[in-house]
Amino acid sequence: MPPSGSELLGQRLSRLEDPPLITGKGRFADDINFPHQLHMRVMRSPLAHAEITGIQTEQAAALPGVVAVWTHDDIADLGPIDFRADKSAEELKAFRQFCLAKDRVRYVGDPVAVIFAEDPYVAEDAEDLITLDLVSLEIIANADQHPGEFQPGLSSEAGLLTHTFGDVKSTFEAAHLVVEVDLQTGRHSGVPLETRGAIGVHNKTSDILELYGAAKIPHRNRETLVRMLGRSPSKIHLHEGHTGGGFGIRGELYPEDVLVLLAAERLGRPIKWIEDRQEHMMAANQGRNQHHKARMAFDRDGKILAMADEFWHDQGGYVRTHGANVPNRTMCMLTGAYKVPTFRAECHFRLTNKTPAATYRAPGRFESTFVRERMMDIAAERFGVDRVEIRRRNLIGPEDMPFKVAFDEPGVETLVFDSGDYPALLNKALKHFRWHELEAELKDRRRTGELVGCGLGVFVEESGKGPVDGARIVVDTNGDVEVLTGGASLGQGFETTMGQITAAALGADFRKITVIHGQTDRIPYGIGAHAARATVMTGSAVNIAALKVKDKALEAASEMLQMPADRLDIEQNVVFVADNPSGPSVTLGEVAKRLAPGSKFLGSRDPGLSAEGFHNTAESAFPYGIHFAVVKIDGETGHIAVERFMVAYDVGRAVNHMLLEGQLVGGCVQGVGGALFEEFSYSETGEPLSVTLADYLVPTMDCAPMVECLVTEDAPSPTNLLGLKGGGEGGINGVGAAIAGAIDNAIGKVGAVTQLPVTPQRMRKILRDLNKSF
Amino acid sequence: MTETHQITLNINGKDYQTSVEARRTLVDVIRDQCGQTGTHVGCEHGVCGACTILLDGEPVRACLMFGVQADGKKIRTVEGLATGDKLHPLQQAFTDHHALQCGFCTPGFLMLAAGILEKDPNINHDDLIAALSSNLCRCTGYANIITAVKVAAEKMRAG
Repeated sequence: MPPSGSELLGQRLSRLEDPPLITGKGRFADDINFPHQLHMRVMRSPLAHAEITGIQTEQAAALPGVVAVWTHDDIADLGPIDFRADKSAEELKAFRQFCLAKDRVRYVGDPVAVIFAEDPYVAEDAEDLITLDLVSLEIIANADQHPGEFQPGLSSEAGLLTHTFGDVKSTFEAAHLVVEVDLQTGRHSGVPLETRGAIGVHNKTSDILELYGAAKIPHRNRETLVRMLGRSPSKIHLHEGHTGGGFGIRGELYPEDVLVLLAAERLGRPIKWIEDRQEHMMAANQGRNQHHKARMAFDRDGKILAMADEFWHDQGGYVRTHGANVPNRTMCMLTGAYKVPTFRAECHFRLTNKTPAATYRAPGRFESTFVRERMMDIAAERFGVDRVEIRRRNLIGPEDMPFKVAFDEPGVETLVFDSGDYPALLNKALKHFRWHELEAELKDRRRTGELVGCGLGVFVEESGKGPVDGARIVVDTNGDVEVLTGGASLGQGFETTMGQITAAALGADFRKITVIHGQTDRIPYGIGAHAARATVMTGSAVNIAALKVKDKALEAASEMLQMPADRLDIEQNVVFVADNPSGPSVTLGEVAKRLAPGSKFLGSRDPGLSAEGFHNTAESAFPYGIHFAVVKIDGETGHIAVERFMVAYDVGRAVNHMLLEGQLVGGCVQGVGGALFEEFSYSETGEPLSVTLADYLVPTMDCAPMVECLVTEDAPSPTNLLGLKGGGEGGINGVGAAIAGAIDNAIGKVGAVTQLPVTPQRMRKILRDLNKSF
Repeated sequence: MTETHQITLNINGKDYQTSVEARRTLVDVIRDQCGQTGTHVGCEHGVCGACTILLDGEPVRACLMFGVQADGKKIRTVEGLATGDKLHPLQQAFTDHHALQCGFCTPGFLMLAAGILEKDPNINHDDLIAALSSNLCRCTGYANIITAVKVAAEKMRAG
């Protein structure tokens, strides 16, 4: 008998979504076609910053097979890509991106024209026939140089953002010890294996515009499209198919999404656009690129008194859908798992001439954990205490929960860490991974000349930020269960997770469950899949709906079996007598038949075995974790091998441990990429130098560590019935911090790592500066 | 660029006759003209391996060949891996061991692994890692792919 009921939660069930994906039956964006469709090609700016003085499209338009060519003038009535409703920021509006560049181009890759043709190869041919007249302007290469002008009279510093509490200045003056750092995180992105794609269709009968290839937040994007296109919400529908990885960057509303919709309506034919890899590397959102000058003050016992950080956030050419979300997340999560009495963070939010930036897995947190934990390592050295000990002295305790981080600025969100026992996780992890033995072994190896070391990073994550999500569950007369959600699936195992929660709460047969997501025409609201919300928000709504269906089924079955409902239970789709399992029983399908319209049995009941559930919350759920890394450096080449990586993570309540570990391991390896290999670099003239997968180095199998996981469920979240917290970002959050600490430890110089990624060249420079290279 | 060539591709034992421009890549022909969309395009420059197929038994990048170059060749893609409803040991192991998340790189990994194991059923760990390192996965962190391929190799050896 397979596990059922509440014991299903946590089980390592194989995934509901796998069968089509392993047999070649997936429906990714490029697998979707419509009769009579046209193919869109985007012509992009070859210069990083220039004035557009002319665009000649006549030759391209005359090429056989080309149906239309558009520049900004052809869509002058269309406004810029708007911010999401929850990110509206009046002062940032001037920095938004038009779907096709207006007057100026601001990064290599900025769309300037689109071609619509019968064949994608012909559309690319036509691109070669367009002539651009561009007059180069001085570029703004980096956020930490003197600001320039975004447009005449408008500074490239879009905002000076602050988060503060308490009197930092006087605290620093009176401190026993002050640690200072100057740190940088490289420009990274999610780089999913499937590039983006968008297919726009205008249904002329119903006047509904349909967008296929949607992902992440279809419902929220519909809201934005409603504003931009002046349509009623019921006249735009987004459809998510299979999605080849998201990581925060896919599924935001981009210029191409709007262009295929507009063209589908204006040209009267379905429009298909599939991004190529080179485009992806210069067009899709990037992130992480920050320069921090931070300080921490301590008292004589090594307790934190204050933290201050001034940093420069490299936003790239425009402000996209998130507004200033990433710098804000950086600031509000900077204090991490520690008690910090006074705090000041100040962000120079600046436009540059690079691909625009937005959220990438653990946005602002990978960066802020790197900054904070670098300072903790240095403080330990200065106090002459162990790195673990300095952290232990400052951890928020279980007795402090719920722990508030409230900022003085009006309107800045107060964080309430809902639950957690951070010292307990630290103790468990040190024991589980045999940290002290490991340190001793590495010390011995260093004595023999090996450059090996270990490091750690402690962090708090956030998840399940509301406001609300709903689900509807329907059991059909065959006993098949449809779980209709407004969630989204980017490959993380959403269907399995929702299926498992449904099976546990309702007693349904897990393999008879179908989970629907990302279809705005099926359900009016949807939270999507972002910021580790799916399991917490949608999962909680699904749980509530499933419990209601169970009540309905038991009530009806009670009449069918002539047995009080409280003596019945449901397992594997069968309603049975709990204290007499071999007694009378009835299947969920039979119950559904009895509840069908026309059934004599129905009486005054509403027909159907179905229910809706909503999860409303004003609170987030905060998981937490610790990362440990062991590295070995090749002094000759500067190559850094990650020998071991260990992730300890408290998730409140795990729905499927196999999938959760999959998230932690996958996220961790992505973090290793960001810590050691991956970087979007640019030439002095703003040319992107990483536009292929041979230049932007994502980890391959031979350089990925075997990540060891310790998952605990010590601190269920009080914000939802199941105690769930998110698992999508805990694998990546502390990787930069832990690897930096391990490198320092290997070479015997605390604070040596000041910039991520630590490429072989940078490692060689660090060693040369220490006279340690061979 | 309108001159076309008549070619025949044998995909998973079935002949597909089609006419293609010389410049059309093999992966585009397999997907768009033969309708076999299980093979994916990830980078179009031969780095990611999402488009890996078996061409006369050899794993190749279908984005780095033109359709005309495959005229008359025997091609195997992910659609041909299972026998009826019975999954190939690699497919079974991939789902049993959670070796896929988004599933976009999966067809390429399955065909790469099939090609490796058919050629050398007893391949040692280091050679296996070196060979599998030619494809990219962005979701899993690879550990479960290694496990799955090893479990499948064991099953395939046992017949």
